[in-house]
Amino acid sequence: MGNLILFLILAVIAIGSAIMMLFSRNAVHSALWLILNFATIAVFYIILNAPFLAMVQITVYAGAIMVLFLFVIMLLGTEQGSGVLATRRGQLWTAAGLGLVVLGSIGTALVRIGGSSVQAAAADTSPRVLAMILFENFTFPFEVTGILLLVAVVGLYVMSKQLRKG
Amino acid sequence: MENAGAVALAALAVGGIIAFVVITGFAYSTLLERKVLARMQVRVGPNRAGYIPIPRRGKDDLRLLGGVMQPLADAVKLFMKEDFTPPYVDTWVYNIAPIITVFPAVFSLAVIPWAPLPQWLADMTPHYLAPHGYLAIAPGLNVALLFILAITSIEVYGVVLAGWSSNSKYAVLGAIRSTAQMISYELSLGLTLLIPVMIAGSLNLNDIVVSQQQNGWFIMLQPIAGILFFVGALAELQRAPFDLLEAEQELSSGYNVEYAGMRFAMFMMAEYVKMIIFSAMWAVLFLGGYAGPLVSQFPMLGAVYMILKIVAGLFLMIWIRASWPRLRYDQLMDFGWKFMLPISVLNVIVTGVMIVLAEEGVFDGMLGWFGLLGG
Repeated sequence: MGNLILFLILAVIAIGSAIMMLFSRNAVHSALWLILNFATIAVFYIILNAPFLAMVQITVYAGAIMVLFLFVIMLLGTEQGSGVLATRRGQLWTAAGLGLVVLGSIGTALVRIGGSSVQAAAADTSPRVLAMILFENFTFPFEVTGILLLVAVVGLYVMSKQLRKG
Repeated sequence: MENAGAVALAALAVGGIIAFVVITGFAYSTLLERKVLARMQVRVGPNRAGYIPIPRRGKDDLRLLGGVMQPLADAVKLFMKEDFTPPYVDTWVYNIAPIITVFPAVFSLAVIPWAPLPQWLADMTPHYLAPHGYLAIAPGLNVALLFILAITSIEVYGVVLAGWSSNSKYAVLGAIRSTAQMISYELSLGLTLLIPVMIAGSLNLNDIVVSQQQNGWFIMLQPIAGILFFVGALAELQRAPFDLLEAEQELSSGYNVEYAGMRFAMFMMAEYVKMIIFSAMWAVLFLGGYAGPLVSQFPMLGAVYMILKIVAGLFLMIWIRASWPRLRYDQLMDFGWKFMLPISVLNVIVTGVMIVLAEEGVFDGMLGWFGLLGG
């Protein structure tokens, strides 16, 4: 019962902040609403008994990525955007259509599973177990992801060097 | 889950008491800073507001610790000030920025272990503290250290938003400087946090303290990590010698220049609460936390040791402020990226190799502290 009330309050905050993010006219305000949204989702993870995921969500998304966003917005001075209402022609409708497609596919997936996966959330989610899964069952994909990220960083470095020369 | 209500009430009570103590501690850490700085600069410091009447041999007046009520006087003064909002600020963001700054600072209190659990407290909170066996607001969080990292990573927002919303170039410049500084030092700070985790084999802060009870303080095992953490904390807190943010000559005081009254006081509060938190973290991760003589007999003695260690950390920070000149901005960045980061990466690798070697029994029969690592 307590969990249900908590879930409803958080759901309202999450959806409300997402909508406010779309409709804010100021880019910094949009970013702030997005941070609130990320933080709410982190609380959802905690309710689902996955504190590790929650902390990573806050550190990576609410912390690192959104700080970068804010920095870019502030440094470029593009605070006064125009919000979702004045975008390019057809953009709004395309976005709405694609959103409906995603929503539909998530909905069908949920119906097919039929709520049985809720039990999985109660499994042991300690960092030790997570590390075991990551480094024993999925070592190869993990390493490949690491190399991909490294390649991106090296590429960025090379490109910025060339830009400085030219 | 049937006792969720009781647990929540108990957590509120324990959390309320600890938060109250630390927030009073914030007020007195400002007094500590002013008094200690004054002594180091051969001044007297604030000594007018209140005293403790204690008779001392050979002295007629009963005044000891003149100035104990100074924090209260400061608070009254700040409350009475005009709460001025400059024109052309982004009102919403301007108003919530001080709140966003204070919240993360207080949040980190949740996971810090204060003492082993005494029996009477365990009896009072059978479903809340008793299963975990130590006193903290949120005991049993198995990712406590990640929680601290997560909180550290969102501490930047208060500063950025205060600077941006003030609509003033000094404030924006100060905010950008301090953000760059905090992001740069967060990396090496995070890597240094890994060392106690690697040695103790757990992200739970209580496990780290227990491991230090058995193996000795981690600052003895890993002096480099201990010092790096302290330096990183100074940079993260924007304290001397890394207090470029408050370079009065250049920025007139950085991101909070447009704030006055209680809202300004909230930035100050966040700063001092963060000082206490980082001191507590240093104590927990490297100085043995609540560990000390006689703690197993009298558990609440652990809290006394914690407070003593926190005050020692605060004193060290103030001492450094009194005796160190401020770095230049390029020196600050060079130090963070070219010195601290490589050393902390190297330190993680070396520690990892050492732990594996100790587990393989390479150091068996060898004297010296690496042998302790294997347990």
